[in-house]
Formats: sequence, structure tokens, C-alpha cells
Amino acid sequence: MKFGVVVFPGSNCDADCLHAIQTVTGQPVEYIWHKSGSVDGFDCIVLPGGFSYGDYLRCGAVARFSPVMKPVIEFARRGGMVMGICNGFQILTEAGLLPGALHRNKNLQFLCHDTYLRVENNTTPFTCRASEGQVIKIPIAHGEGNYYADPETLRQLEENKQVIFRYCDPHGEVTPEANPNGSLNNIAGICNEQGNVLGMMPHPERCAEAVLGNTDGQLIFQSLLDFWQRRCG
Amino acid sequence: MVMDPKVWREMGLTDSEYEKIVEILGREPNYVEVGIFAVMWSEHCSYKTSRPALKTLPTEGPAILQGPGENAGIVDIGDGQAVVFKIESHNHPSAIEPYQGAATGVGGILRDIFTMGARPVAVLDSLRFGELDNPRVRYLFDGVVAGISGYGNCIGVPTVGGEVYFADSYEDNCLVNVMCVGLIDQKDIKKGVAAGIGNPVMVVGAKTGRDGIHGATFASEELSEEAAERRPAVQVGDPFMEKLLLEACLEVIKTGYVVGIQDMGAAGLTSSSCEMASRAGTGLEMDLALVPRREEGMTPYEVMLSESQERMLLVVEKGTEEKVKEIFAKWDLDAVVVGRVTGDGILRIKEGSQVVAEIPARALTEQAPVYHRPTRVPAYLEEVQNYPVDSLNMPHDYNEVLLKLLASPNIASKEYAYKQYDYMVGLNTVVTPGSDAAVLRVKGTRKGIAMTTDCNGRYCYLDPKTGAAIAVAEAARNLVCSGAKPLAVTNCLNFGNPEKPEVMWTFWQCIEGMAEACRALETPVTGGNVSFYNETRGNAVYPTPTIGMVGLVEDLDKVCTQGFKQAGDAIFLIGENLPELGGSEYLKIQFGLEKGKPPALNLELEKKVQRFVLDEIKSGLIKSAHDCSEGGLAVALAECCISGGIGADITMVRRFRGDALLFGESQSCIIISVDRHKGVELVKKLVDAGVPYTQLGTVGGDSLIINVVNPGCTGCGGNLVNLPVKKIEETWRGAIACLMK
Amino acid sequence: MFQAKIYVTLRKSVLDPQGSVVRKSLYALGYHNVQEVRIGRYMVVDLEVADRAEAEKQVRDMCDKLLVNPVIEDYTFELVEV
Repeated sequence: MKFGVVVFPGSNCDADCLHAIQTVTGQPVEYIWHKSGSVDGFDCIVLPGGFSYGDYLRCGAVARFSPVMKPVIEFARRGGMVMGICNGFQILTEAGLLPGALHRNKNLQFLCHDTYLRVENNTTPFTCRASEGQVIKIPIAHGEGNYYADPETLRQLEENKQVIFRYCDPHGEVTPEANPNGSLNNIAGICNEQGNVLGMMPHPERCAEAVLGNTDGQLIFQSLLDFWQRRCG
Repeated sequence: MVMDPKVWREMGLTDSEYEKIVEILGREPNYVEVGIFAVMWSEHCSYKTSRPALKTLPTEGPAILQGPGENAGIVDIGDGQAVVFKIESHNHPSAIEPYQGAATGVGGILRDIFTMGARPVAVLDSLRFGELDNPRVRYLFDGVVAGISGYGNCIGVPTVGGEVYFADSYEDNCLVNVMCVGLIDQKDIKKGVAAGIGNPVMVVGAKTGRDGIHGATFASEELSEEAAERRPAVQVGDPFMEKLLLEACLEVIKTGYVVGIQDMGAAGLTSSSCEMASRAGTGLEMDLALVPRREEGMTPYEVMLSESQERMLLVVEKGTEEKVKEIFAKWDLDAVVVGRVTGDGILRIKEGSQVVAEIPARALTEQAPVYHRPTRVPAYLEEVQNYPVDSLNMPHDYNEVLLKLLASPNIASKEYAYKQYDYMVGLNTVVTPGSDAAVLRVKGTRKGIAMTTDCNGRYCYLDPKTGAAIAVAEAARNLVCSGAKPLAVTNCLNFGNPEKPEVMWTFWQCIEGMAEACRALETPVTGGNVSFYNETRGNAVYPTPTIGMVGLVEDLDKVCTQGFKQAGDAIFLIGENLPELGGSEYLKIQFGLEKGKPPALNLELEKKVQRFVLDEIKSGLIKSAHDCSEGGLAVALAECCISGGIGADITMVRRFRGDALLFGESQSCIIISVDRHKGVELVKKLVDAGVPYTQLGTVGGDSLIINVVNPGCTGCGGNLVNLPVKKIEETWRGAIACLMK
Repeated sequence: MFQAKIYVTLRKSVLDPQGSVVRKSLYALGYHNVQEVRIGRYMVVDLEVADRAEAEKQVRDMCDKLLVNPVIEDYTFELVEV
């Protein structure tokens, strides 16, 4: 299984994603330059976190027009696995691959700390190793992760089980106090209708090694590999 | 034509400095030349006042690969790898525009690190503000934190540590000291030298605008009402541009095309060009018409003095210009040849074919004036030091005092700030903010690097020499508590107006104390920054010689943290708790006093304590270690409980007044815990090593309980503290956020 | 040549945290009659285009494509000939 990590100007979790994928899955992984016109040969594309183009207009708004996004969108439409983390999630919503939008955190501050997530749907390639309702601890680091969608879209997301992760307390209770940024329905991560495109604000790559004190993020990368090798999902 | 004296005086040159310029040049300088001399001879660039003192600091040691004089210091961490690090102030800009001032402070120090070829891996901030009950202070604090967060998070270098203190003396002059740490393979080290006659000189990165002209001179004078009006001196940072510049520079350095490289920091093109030439003993010829500009109609003077951010000056091997340009183009950046290295030692600036300035490069650097300014012992010292601390009443309720201390912004959790910093990006942060020191792993090895910044300005105010020595000792102690061997220091010396003999005296005292401690603890100084004129309407900041220190963890499995680990573990105090209440946070909180003699520092004892604790962390005997600092033993114990999420049961002998026992800030004290069965082994080792200690009690329960016994006085002892850890934690964690509301 | 002055604001239904902070601060300053504050973005775009209809079409296009996120934002603009 070959992973590709897209490098936009201003991406800063690209190296982290590459490192985590390598460490957890042991599979080949390469960078994909934003000017690249093709993503041929890759089985899973990761849009990493960071501040693409400085996030100067809106987060992800400019990156969405990078040359590489055309083949990424085609790849996703063909059913290819695409995962956007943090800024990558923002890019996916800007690109229309995922519904809704992410705007300023409710308290207007950038927030960097651990959050607890409840796995709401374990039938996706990104979560097939998890059990439904499982609680995992994954850190966030963002200023604009406040998920918004209009009521109709939100209803559809819930109905189709497209909400993959929700902020919760350590016991799995979805409470307002556990919601760090004001996201509607405590949404931390969603997928598209087909289930092959995931966007999430928390950073699984930051907690995938014992030396960093937390390995909960391994679950997501391990799921991807196992799904690909048809061992789960 | 003779120049009007007003011209050079307004630029900050004295008449005698102007005469010296005429003497060096053998003629009257023109306007551009006076401007160049004025910035290069400003205090900020020339260190003309501080140099004689700085020369007395120890700068050499077995691990030092680069001492003072370059863009940053470098220490060896084995395996052909090295740590590049430096601290710098951005006080004046931050006091006027906190967000941009702090942001460009981060940007500037990052460039100092990657200009050496190192990848920046961590940022630490040492911040000082007035008291938070003042709305202006809250605005500054929020702005500075947001600026650090905005710049650091965007470029993707984690902000892993630092310190924040609040005291009235910083009300008009906040201090923003930023330290950056980078990692490098020693073979890739680059220096700021313009070597190789005929080699092309290139300007890379952002375009040049009129930003911050005279920023360096601005940083060399007191803040006044008028200064606030001269806002153009504050530059605006562009972290996105810097991220591209960082990646492009590291890529181009890897190619081997680069001969020398330097950041265009204070005094922009002027300082970078003359410093690079001066270090190499060469000259430079540049045509300013070739410098990419953001604004029209800029004069040569403006181009030379612009402090537009995110720019670098490169000297590359002749013939590689096109390849260098290609790499920068890949990152959508300008890279333009603007001149070449010459052999005549002259900085020759042209605008098209016309020469607009011609100055020997060394005249601007090495020949800058040096002042041995007069010193005088400040009158306040005797009064504050002799304050009869012992006559103060003892508290009735120790629980209440402890909670008050934990809620003091100087002691309370700094989570309000560091939650806004991305401290994890890069996947190296092993020990996160909130512990004694931050620890980062070095990927692909078993090693870690530990880092910290420290300085208690109040101690330095009460006794500058001891205060500065304590800053060094505490920094080293913090590293030791994390399991690291202290290696080297970078310093950021924040003082008032050095033209006042009292300020100069405290400066010299601080340097003496620092030199002594650095020698004793074998942590040489590799460079840093001096910031004078932190003074408004005659009120100077507390002397604040901030120490940035890095250390090496040989084996990451042996990293130690402050939190108590397991119920039943035995708690010891290593070192000696003495009746020392002077300068304590307790005196400030309880009596509103910032007086008394600060705790004494015995460097021999300090060394012994540190060596013992480090050895026994490495041996695996010590399970947790935490340095006692502001708030004394009781606060340190509370912090061990909070971090560990577990209580402790402590019993101490009351050898002197209870408040001094619990809240005095004696130095060289470390609280450790060991397995309950290892207590005997520990005591034997302590006795063998001749290290003083006290057994304090046991880890366990949900509360911090501190009892005292009083031998020879039945009924005098009893319980002083009994507080649920949950209560302690809530108070400590929420205090700053509560004040910011 | 035309100059477009584009005003982008959060849509009515979207929570505007900046706006609510400013509203509260205004209230604290004694402006008790302030009902709501919405904060947006103001952009100035200079276009080298001869006629107004074409300029209008282009600005609308830019807004729909890049400058505005229709999921959360609304916009209006004015065109001035310069």
C-alpha cells in the first residue's frame, strides 16, 4: 500500500504525517508536491495540517486551487482513500469534497491540547480497527476548527452516519464542556457519503508513538492498512 | 560640505562619535554613510556599553563548537550532531504593538537559527509584564501570546516552554525574550562570512519596503510618548513567507553552493553585509538598484536601513547563481544577485553606477566605540536588603496562604498562554510545557535535548549578583530534574538606561554573578543579546538577565518529570531548606513586600545536589524530581501532586518559623520521590556523597497534608496544610484565565 | 479601470464569536442599545476592465470561486470607476 502526503506551501505537518505513517504501517510513503499534476500510483492521499498559503484568505481557500487538487479530487471521486487532517480537513471542505465549513474557534484563540473523541462509525477505512463508541485521546492544534453546516446538511450527515468522531469527555459522554471549539454536534471529523474521504481536526499523527506518551493515533493508520489488505471493514 | 549636527544627533550619534567617523573615513561622511554608522554604532548593534562586561563571561568548553560572535551558539551533542541556539529580545516593539512585536521576535530568532543551516525544532519565550489587574497589561499579555502563537504555529516550530512573570516594574516595559533551538549535522554548519573574492552576493526572500527604518536605534532609547507615535518602527511579520524561506534556505545549504549566509535582522542590509564582510576580512560591493523592492521611490538610505522581515543575505560560490535561483523559485521566492565580494575590505554601496557609500566594513563592527560607563551602587539596595523580614507576623491559616500562592500569576499554571501555542508539531516533544524543562527527542537516536529559560527579576533587583547566579543555577537545576546534563547558556540581558551609573552597576553585578555560576556549573555562554533602555519616565525594569540553557539527555528512557508517580513512594528533599524569606513570592502575596535579601546560593552545594540527582535519575533510582523555586517547598510539593494526580503526606521538623519552612525559597533544593523499598539505598548514597537531605513523607491519597513536629516543645507541632489535590489543582490551573476575563 | 469594494460577512445563521465579543465589550462601555455586531472582511480589488457589466461579472465570479465561502459567508460589493 502506497501513501502520498501532499506538500502545499505552508504545510507544516507533512513531515509528521510521513513519519507517523512510516512508523505505524511500515508501508511506502512519499511526498506529493502541490504543483504535481498527478497522483497516480498512490493508494491513499493525506492532506496534512499546517497553514497552506499562510491561511491568509480563509483556511484552505487558496490551497484548494493548487494544481495537485485536480487529480486529488478525481482520485476521491473514483473511490480513492483521502484523509485531511486539520488544515487538510479545511482544504477538503473548501474543495467541496466534504460538506460544511470550519471557522474561528468559539473562544477566538488557537487551541493546542488533548481531546477525547468518540468513534461514531467504525465501518469506514479510517476506523475499521476501532469499536463503535470507543473513546480515543487525540490532540487538537487549531484556530479555526469550529465545524458548521446548515441544518439540512447536518441532518443528512447524522442520518448517513457520516459523523466519524465527536468530541467527548474521557468516559465517552458528548457534553458541551468537551467541545473545545464550538463545533455543531461536537463534530471533530466527518466523511463523505461514500465513506472514502475523511476530514478531522485532531492530529492522529501526533500520538502514534510510545515515546510521545500516547499511541491512540495508531488506530487510524492501522485501520487504513488493514482495510486496504481486507483484514477489516 | 559640512553636515548639520542635527542630522547625526537625531540619528542617535554623539558629537564625538561623529568626529571618530570623520577620522576613520578621512573625510566628512555623506547622509547615507551617517545613517549606516548610526545604526551599526547603536547600542543594539554594537554592544558598545556592554562589551567590556560581556568579555568577562566564560565562553569555552569541551562541547562548545561556536561561541559568541556568530548568529547563534552551537554545542556538540555527539554522533556528529549539534544543537544551535540563541535568545533575543523584542521588548520595545512589543510594548508598542504586542502582536507584531512578539511575532517578529519569533521570526527573527528563527532566522538566526536556520541561517546557520540548522532546522529550528523549538521555541521558548521568557515574558515579563506588569500586574494583570491593569487592563493595558492584559492587552499586552494577550497580544504578545497571540503574536507568538500566530507566528510560531504558522511556521510549524513548536513553542515548548518558557516563563511568564508579572511585576509592577514591567508595567510600561514588557519584556519579550524569545529563544530558538535548532538541530544540525555538524558538517552542514554555515556561518555569516562573505568569503571568496569575486563570489556573488544575493538577496533572497521578501521584497524590501520601508518597514522599521531605524528599528535598531529605536531599541536603543527609552520608551516615551513620542516613541509610541513612531509606529513605523514596528515591522509586520509574514510567517508564511518565513516558512518558504526556511525550507528554501535549508535546501540550498544542503547543496554546498552557499559560502556564507546571514539574516537581515536589525539594521537590515547594512548589518548583514558589513558583518559578513568584517568576519571574513573582505569587502562587499552592492548595487541597491538590483534589490527587489515593495515600494516605489525608495532612497539608497531607506534600502540600506529597511528592516523588512523574512530576508537573507547569501554569498554563494561563483557560477552557482542560477542553481540557487532555481531552488528559491521552486519555493516562489526572489533570489537576486546584488553584488560581489571584494578584497579591499570596503563596504561599497552603489545605486546604479553611482557610489552612494564607501566605508571600511570593520569600521562599522570592530571599530565601533566602546564605553566604560561609570557605575554606582543604587541607594535603594541597603533599604530593601535590610528589611526586618523576621519581624513579620506568621500566618494563622497555612491552607489559605498556600492557595493564595498557587493563585498568584507568577506561580499559577501558564496554561492560558501555552494552550495557544502549538507545542507538539514536529513530533519531538517528549516533555510538554508545564514541567521544569521541555525535552525533545532527537529522531533516529536514543538522545533527547532539554531546554529551559529562567530568571527571577525580583532576586536580581534585591541582589543583582546573587540573582543572576541563581538564574543560571536554577536553569541548570531544571534541566537536571528532567534528566539532562546542562551544556551551555545563551543570555538575554534586559536592563534600564545604562547611562545611569546605578543601572550600569547592576549590569556589572549580574554579569559577575552569571560568570561565576556558569564557571562553577560548566555551562559556558555561547552568545545572546543585550537590551538596555527598558525604562519609561525614569522607571527601569527589574534587572532581568534571562538565562536560556540547553542540556543533553543521553537516554530518553531516563527522562524524569516532576509529578509523583505511585502511592507509597518515599519523598525526599535533596539540599537544605534554610530560613530565607527575603525576595519570596510569599512576602509579596502576604505582605505586599518585594524586599529582603534573596536566598543565598552556595555553588559548591548546588553542584553536589545537581550531580547527585542527575546520577540517580540515570541509575533509575529517582522516579520524580522537581526544583523548589517561587513559593518554596509547599508550592513545589503541590506541583508534584498536581502533575502526578495524587496526594502526599508530609511531616517535617520545625527548625525555624513555619512560613519560612514552607514558603521560603532556599536554593539548591530538589524534591524527589523513590520507590518505598529504595529509601534506604538512597539515604546511603546521599550520605556517601555528602549531600544534605530531609526525608519528607510518602506519596498517596487525594490530599496534600503537611504536618510539623517540634521536638522539645510538646503541643507546638501539628497540621499546617491539608488540602485536596483537586482543590489545589483548580486554584492553580484556573487563576490566570480568571484574571484575564 | 474599476475598483471593487467587497464586503464579506458571516451568514446570519452562523455564530460570529468575534462579533459577540465586540457586542459584549460595547455593552460594557455603556452602549446598551447595541443589538448585534457582525464582523467581516473588506477587500479592495482593482480591475483593468473597460465596462461595468464585465467588471461586475468578474467580481461576482471571484467571490463565488475564491473570495467567499458560501457555506458560511455572504457578500456584497460596490463598483467605482477610477
